[in-house]
Amino acid sequence: MKEQLAAILATAQKELRETQTARDLDAVRVKYLGKKGELTAILKGMKDLSPEERPAVGQMVNETRAQLEAALEAQGEHLAQLALDEKLKTEALDVTMPGEPVLLGHKHPLTLVLDEIKDIFIGLGFQIAEGPEVELDYYNFEALNIPKDHPARDTQDTFYVSDNVVLRTQTSGIQIRVMEKTKPPIRMIAPGRVFRSDAVDATHSPLFHQIEGLVVDKGIAMSDLKGILELFAKRLYGDDTVVRFRPHHFPFTEPSAEMDIQCYQCHGAGCRLCKGEGWIEILGCGMVHPKVLEVCGIDPEVYSGYAFGIGLERTVMGRFKIDDIRLFYENDVRFLHQF
Amino acid sequence: MKLPLSWLKDYTDLAGVSPKEYDAKMTMSGSKVESVDYLGEEIQNVVTGKVLSVEPHPDSDHLVICQLDAGQAEPLQIVTGAPNVTKASVGEICPVALHGSTLPGGVKIKKGKLRGVVSNGMMCSFQELGLDHGCVPYACDNGILFLPQDTPVGVDIKGVLGLDEYVADFEITSNRPDCLSVIGLARETAATFQRPFSVKDPAVKGCGGDIRDYVSVRVDEPALCPRYTAKIVKNIKIEPAPAWMRERLFAAGVRPINNIVDITNYVMLEYGQPMHAFDYACLSDGQIVVRRPQPGESIQTLDGQDRAITGEMLAICDGQKPVAVAGVMGGANSEITDATKTVVFESACFHGATVRLTAKALGMRTEASGRFEKGLDPSLTVPALLRACELVEELGAGEVIDGIVDVCAADLSPKTLPFAPDKMNALLGTDLPAGEQKQLLERLAFQVEGDTVVIPSFRTDVARMCDLAEEVARMYGYDKIPVRLYAGETTQGGLSPRQQFERAASSVCLAAGFDESMSHSFISPKAYDAIGWPAGDPRRVSTTILNPLGEDFSVMRTTVLPSLLDSLAHNHAHRNPAASLFEMGTIYTPVVQDGKADPDQLPHEQKILALGSYGRLSFFQFKGVLEAVFRQLRVENLSFVADTQNPSYHPGRCAQIYAGDTLAGTFGAVHPLVAQKYGFAGEVLAAELTMDALWDCKSPEKLYQPLPKFPASTRDLAIVVDDAVPAAAMQQTIAQACGAILESVRLFDVYKGKGIAEGKKSVAYSISLRAADRTLKDEECDAAMQKALAALAQAHGAALRS
Repeated sequence: MKEQLAAILATAQKELRETQTARDLDAVRVKYLGKKGELTAILKGMKDLSPEERPAVGQMVNETRAQLEAALEAQGEHLAQLALDEKLKTEALDVTMPGEPVLLGHKHPLTLVLDEIKDIFIGLGFQIAEGPEVELDYYNFEALNIPKDHPARDTQDTFYVSDNVVLRTQTSGIQIRVMEKTKPPIRMIAPGRVFRSDAVDATHSPLFHQIEGLVVDKGIAMSDLKGILELFAKRLYGDDTVVRFRPHHFPFTEPSAEMDIQCYQCHGAGCRLCKGEGWIEILGCGMVHPKVLEVCGIDPEVYSGYAFGIGLERTVMGRFKIDDIRLFYENDVRFLHQF
Repeated sequence: MKLPLSWLKDYTDLAGVSPKEYDAKMTMSGSKVESVDYLGEEIQNVVTGKVLSVEPHPDSDHLVICQLDAGQAEPLQIVTGAPNVTKASVGEICPVALHGSTLPGGVKIKKGKLRGVVSNGMMCSFQELGLDHGCVPYACDNGILFLPQDTPVGVDIKGVLGLDEYVADFEITSNRPDCLSVIGLARETAATFQRPFSVKDPAVKGCGGDIRDYVSVRVDEPALCPRYTAKIVKNIKIEPAPAWMRERLFAAGVRPINNIVDITNYVMLEYGQPMHAFDYACLSDGQIVVRRPQPGESIQTLDGQDRAITGEMLAICDGQKPVAVAGVMGGANSEITDATKTVVFESACFHGATVRLTAKALGMRTEASGRFEKGLDPSLTVPALLRACELVEELGAGEVIDGIVDVCAADLSPKTLPFAPDKMNALLGTDLPAGEQKQLLERLAFQVEGDTVVIPSFRTDVARMCDLAEEVARMYGYDKIPVRLYAGETTQGGLSPRQQFERAASSVCLAAGFDESMSHSFISPKAYDAIGWPAGDPRRVSTTILNPLGEDFSVMRTTVLPSLLDSLAHNHAHRNPAASLFEMGTIYTPVVQDGKADPDQLPHEQKILALGSYGRLSFFQFKGVLEAVFRQLRVENLSFVADTQNPSYHPGRCAQIYAGDTLAGTFGAVHPLVAQKYGFAGEVLAAELTMDALWDCKSPEKLYQPLPKFPASTRDLAIVVDDAVPAAAMQQTIAQACGAILESVRLFDVYKGKGIAEGKKSVAYSISLRAADRTLKDEECDAAMQKALAALAQAHGAALRS
């Protein structure tokens, strides 16, 4: 009996090894374990055995059956793996073929950088103010300590609508509008379009963008101005950015300064980008002139503040090495898609 | 302001300071140096040579062969065709560009052969050295520059002609007219480098006489001319100024003319005080009257132009006529000529604004007006005048009559400010002791006496504590002011809800594949023609710029459409197969008075979200983008009303967009005739959405709705209906008929053609029904569909498609 079982198992295992499909496998299962299977027949024959023999034979048969079932399962897994391999093989794709494009629009590079600048200042507790682009002479000039006969007016070639109405030449007028309406503490930036009658060429546009900044509170000093603008420069241009503040003059700030960053191309050695100076001018700034505070009804003996103005186009041109300002306003998608 | 650095030596000491260091330190102390240039930069290897012989060229009529002593062991042979080199030129000394030399303009000189004869370089004219005739008045116009006989031979030409000089070009801000002078910059230099500084008082010997016997001065407008001073010089000998003066003027960018004119220019550069010289003989009645021009008066200025002068200006007149436009330019009628015998030197202080407006009105900004307009120190007139007279005597140009005319209405008493070191520290964020602040101020000629600061008269810009603080800060060093990150009360930053709303609108457009564009705010009035607006359309009334760059930039747009179409057209013209653009653009609607824009009132500024597309999207895909914008912005209750009247759009493909009752915008296919004007043959889609309207119509934020617990039933409904029945109306009918169990209606097919009668269309809807509290039974759904069909039949004559 023992030999008979071993022979059955050996034959079955051999047949199993030869199976190639689930169907073959099933045939083997039926042949040995089916209702009329060989092993089943032996089990059925047990009833003819003596009660003494039955337990030993039963155990032998069950062991053989277990071995056979394990072999069936193993071969089943093997065959399934083969079938899967075959299927996966037929499903292989040329993964180097291009993806189906998903069309996403591109932010204008000016917006891209402006949003970044806004986010930097928002993180520092600034709000975003806005003001009219067609502006009263009063806000654009007079309230900023630039009376009608001031020579500074010559340096800003102004578009006039009438004697009292201009296209704003700077976003600084928004300072006045905010201070007239808001009590300190004030922390705001005011981005916007400004207009100057510069003929169009690669570096001049009659329309460009400025970002005005204003902080007014008790105890604000020039060191705060330096701190916030240095931080801003590092956020925008990288942590290794070196800045310098150099004296300058604006009618609406005193003391006034311009902030340069060390040229990111030559690191101060002097190159074409920085015109050999080693530094690139980034913005104008200063402590709000007490006359400007007074005009807005803020007592300069109690409050002080700083203001700054950043030219957006110049910043963006420097960052992306764009050499022609006109590209910003042509809206060629081959240009816009680069950002 | 161009400053030859060697000139500084008259007042201070710059020993050991390199031009680069000078540039860096001056810039950081507040005098911005644009560049420091070496005047002889482009001239190399050019020396003086003495002509030893001149022989004719065997093969040329106009060339000659010269032997020159250029300081080398052997004579140098040079062939030249210059007309002024003849046998008579032997002994002349001239500039010789040697083999391998360079000249201005990048010219390189090499030895070579001229018609077979070796030439080892080139003899130079003054033009070839980049000089002006005024620099070398002895030179002939056409030919080799023959130098004075005492010129050494074989030396570098740069030293001989004053080109061995560094010139710093300063950007002087409008508040510092005192720095438009050598003395002013020398003072800043000395303060920056902490070197000694002194200006000698001019000393005039005089020749006797009394100025009062020559001239009387009357100032009718003391407010416009706070001070007028004059001196008289007789026995004038007009000749070129000496080389040192010519060289300094040339290096500073001023053309040398003759000794008297050069003296006035020299003093202007040195002191920053513009001067004028009149020919005394041309002043009728020996009178000078400073007055406003009378109606009809005119003057021919030194540049030869006849100019009408008006009552807002100020004129210098003699007893009868104007002889100069005050502070701007002299008159041709009193110009210094070779025949001039007696000269009146004027050194005056004029009202800055008047000079500025006069120069602007006459269109002639001069060195003088550029200084006066910034407001000059009235104390400056006399020292400058005396300096001019000192130079006259030094140059032997004439004899100075004793006495001075000085008509002064200006307050010359020194101005003071309280010395407040604590306040200055508070403003700067520094902790500088009072003594150190005092020292820093004194470097710049401020005098600190106890708690008072005496402001030097030339510092017309200093009026408040903050001005003094800037002086202290820049002398201390802006870079040394400590850095502090945050002072004051904490404030909350962020975008306002409206700003967030606009950012969200842009984000949807970006997500829908639209690129952001930016366009000019000003357009040509012709743009309104291009977009088909009829003449007389009230929207054409625009805020108009008085001084535009050109017609294309002359009015503030009342619509974004032309700008958008321009941008699309640019892409189309550059063969970009498709472009989808959006712009958050401002329009400017003027306040209208009698059909015209009121120029004294600010226009109403409104943001428009404009979208435009060609080559990519169908009409309904484009509409889908707009619907996505509305959805994202929570603008609901939308209705699209066909608009057949909008001249910019296709009459059959244009809709007005309403949110509730509010007109929120327009969209459609651009009218083919308009598209054609922008170069398009195919369809261009555009939309103009008013951000204010969208903002006003947006719904409040919604609360969470539980997810459905019971399944939905979906039924399709295909009907045949008259072609003219709008889809939106049928959809509304279905919604009403199905009632509360309706979840959604989606149009998924519209068909016309075979199998459908002429004038009809087949429309198919997918209808989803759901109840929140139970699974709908088939009978309920069937009943709803029957109701919908009946309602469609009744309202629109629709029949179930068989």
